[in-house]
Amino acid sequence: MKLPRQLADIGLTLGSVLLAILVTTLILIAVGAPPGEAYRNLLAGALESPVKLADVMTAWVPLSLASAGLLITFAAGLWNIGIEGQIVMGAVAATWAVRLFDLPSLLYIPVVLLAGMAGGLAWAVLAGVLKTHGNVHEIFGGLGLNFIAAAFTNYLIFGPWRPASRATMSGTAPFPSTVWLPNLGGLRVSPLALLAALIGMIAVYVALRGTSWGLKLKAVGKNSRASQLIGIDTTRQMLTSFAICGALAGLGGAIQTIGVYHRLIPQISGGYGYLAILVVLLAGMRTVWVPPIAFFFAAVGVGSPRLELRMQLDSSLGGVLQGTIVLFVLLAYGLRVRLAERKSER
Amino acid sequence: MNNELLRTLATVVAVSAPLVYAGIGETLTEKAGVINLSLDGSILLSAMGAFATAYLTGSLFWGFVVAALIGAAVAALIAFASISLRQDQVAVGFVLTLLCADLSSFLGNPFVHKPGPAIPNMPIPILKDLPIVGPILFSQDLVVYGSFLLILLSWLWTFKTQPGLRLQGIGERPEAAFARGTNVNRLRFFYTVLGGALVGIAGAAYSLDIKLGWSHNHTAGNGWIALAIVIFGGWHPLRVAFGAYLFGGLKALGSVMQRVAPGVPTQIFQAAPFALMIVALLLVSGNVLDRLLAYLPRRTRQRVTSLVRSSPPAALGKPFVEE
Repeated sequence: MKLPRQLADIGLTLGSVLLAILVTTLILIAVGAPPGEAYRNLLAGALESPVKLADVMTAWVPLSLASAGLLITFAAGLWNIGIEGQIVMGAVAATWAVRLFDLPSLLYIPVVLLAGMAGGLAWAVLAGVLKTHGNVHEIFGGLGLNFIAAAFTNYLIFGPWRPASRATMSGTAPFPSTVWLPNLGGLRVSPLALLAALIGMIAVYVALRGTSWGLKLKAVGKNSRASQLIGIDTTRQMLTSFAICGALAGLGGAIQTIGVYHRLIPQISGGYGYLAILVVLLAGMRTVWVPPIAFFFAAVGVGSPRLELRMQLDSSLGGVLQGTIVLFVLLAYGLRVRLAERKSER
Repeated sequence: MNNELLRTLATVVAVSAPLVYAGIGETLTEKAGVINLSLDGSILLSAMGAFATAYLTGSLFWGFVVAALIGAAVAALIAFASISLRQDQVAVGFVLTLLCADLSSFLGNPFVHKPGPAIPNMPIPILKDLPIVGPILFSQDLVVYGSFLLILLSWLWTFKTQPGLRLQGIGERPEAAFARGTNVNRLRFFYTVLGGALVGIAGAAYSLDIKLGWSHNHTAGNGWIALAIVIFGGWHPLRVAFGAYLFGGLKALGSVMQRVAPGVPTQIFQAAPFALMIVALLLVSGNVLDRLLAYLPRRTRQRVTSLVRSSPPAALGKPFVEE
């Protein structure tokens, strides 16, 4: 009985993806761009060479870490939109640690990564406390904190942390190479970063599936008042889930600074937090689907700048494609549930 | 009153107009029990659509019409997903926020930094010569006058008419409204689309009047501010309008400060609106307020509480299933 249902799910998802591609194609035709060439550029921009593929994996790391964190907050029934700012503050805290210390690599890198996790954690707990103690919905608390984190980063880059030469949009002065994450044969991707993302994913999977903590968390997410009645400290559960999500996001932000850009830049997250929310929604909160979907989204993100270079189209087409897919999948699942209900009513 | 102050106040009234449109549009939607979270994206997309239309046709009128249609179409998608399919309104709204923002960047690319038409100023004869209110309220343009009218009409509609009572009913106690013969879901659909059209007009008010032209992420952030203002305003049209003006006023104060104290980092002024948003929400919905109010004598406390306390429509965000 279970197999046909899963097949139907896959069919439904594929159908929605095709529909989304159709809509995106119509948009391309509407602006007078050849759709075939656009998709070819998008694909080639992401997958044509090992260098490009390494770039996709580099984007996959923060996206997966953020998505892993969001699985925890979504399980607790929380809309952690503040994750974008948590990535940013992870990067800021990591940069702060880089500037503060000067250690041998073996110590330097872990210290900076931990600092990044602490930065993300603190920013997430702030959004959490605003919710649990201040009654400010996490969407608004988190969103406000995102804008504040972005402004704070700009302040640092153009103020106290500006390079000795002059302050520019290209960020702080480059970090010493002792703190760079080692990468694979000249490619941008770092095996350590990939490992961190994998460990993050697995830890979240295990925590949600196989521990009583995960079970309690899901209970809070399903019905927070009922869980409180059976003796679960819901405030604590919520704050813990914010903390874990923030730490994972902050780790992603730290990796962006010491693994990818080797400095703090103004758009250090570049929307990975928001994109991760789409990844988790598309995965229907199922952990196993997150890595492949994150890979696909990372590929679209890495491939789309080529639309700008080769075809003078805006690279936001990638975002249009991603958003349309998630929208149609959500609608398709809603439609299926409604149709099933109608059938059982009869 | 000196002239500069009057001019500043007139500017505040004008720059707050888009927030009034979006805030009141969203208030009507949420009063009916539906959350349209997509504001930040739908304002962007409709601002782009309005500018592109006005740029290509030379008609400001069609710019506004297209913007209203875009806002209404996005809202209709949310209504379909949340009312007909009973999907999570926040999820669909958030996806549409991002999707509309990207779409505005993609479709609006050819129109970036192009000079375009603008709504002309239209002082009202006689009224404009009144002392104080003349220069502040009646030396504006049609978009701003429209925002005044909208405040008045939405308040009258919601609290003084029969359909307005029904609107409150479907957001507060949909079961009771249904029992009295109201088609709850159809009415919710209507108010969601109506609110969306007003949100679209807010977008046009930016690109054709208050923040002229189009650029990537031209209005980004304002949609979230408008959503917060609805909460701050306690889902009451007059208080929502007050919130919009308060916000516009503080923003104007910010730019004055920027001139007076050039030493202060500009980033403070970028972050201030959002810090303010959090503080405002903390004040109206948090325990902070209760603690502050505890110092007041009981009689005043009750009156102040009912004035500033903000509680959402009871059935906000909950799908209604006919039994």
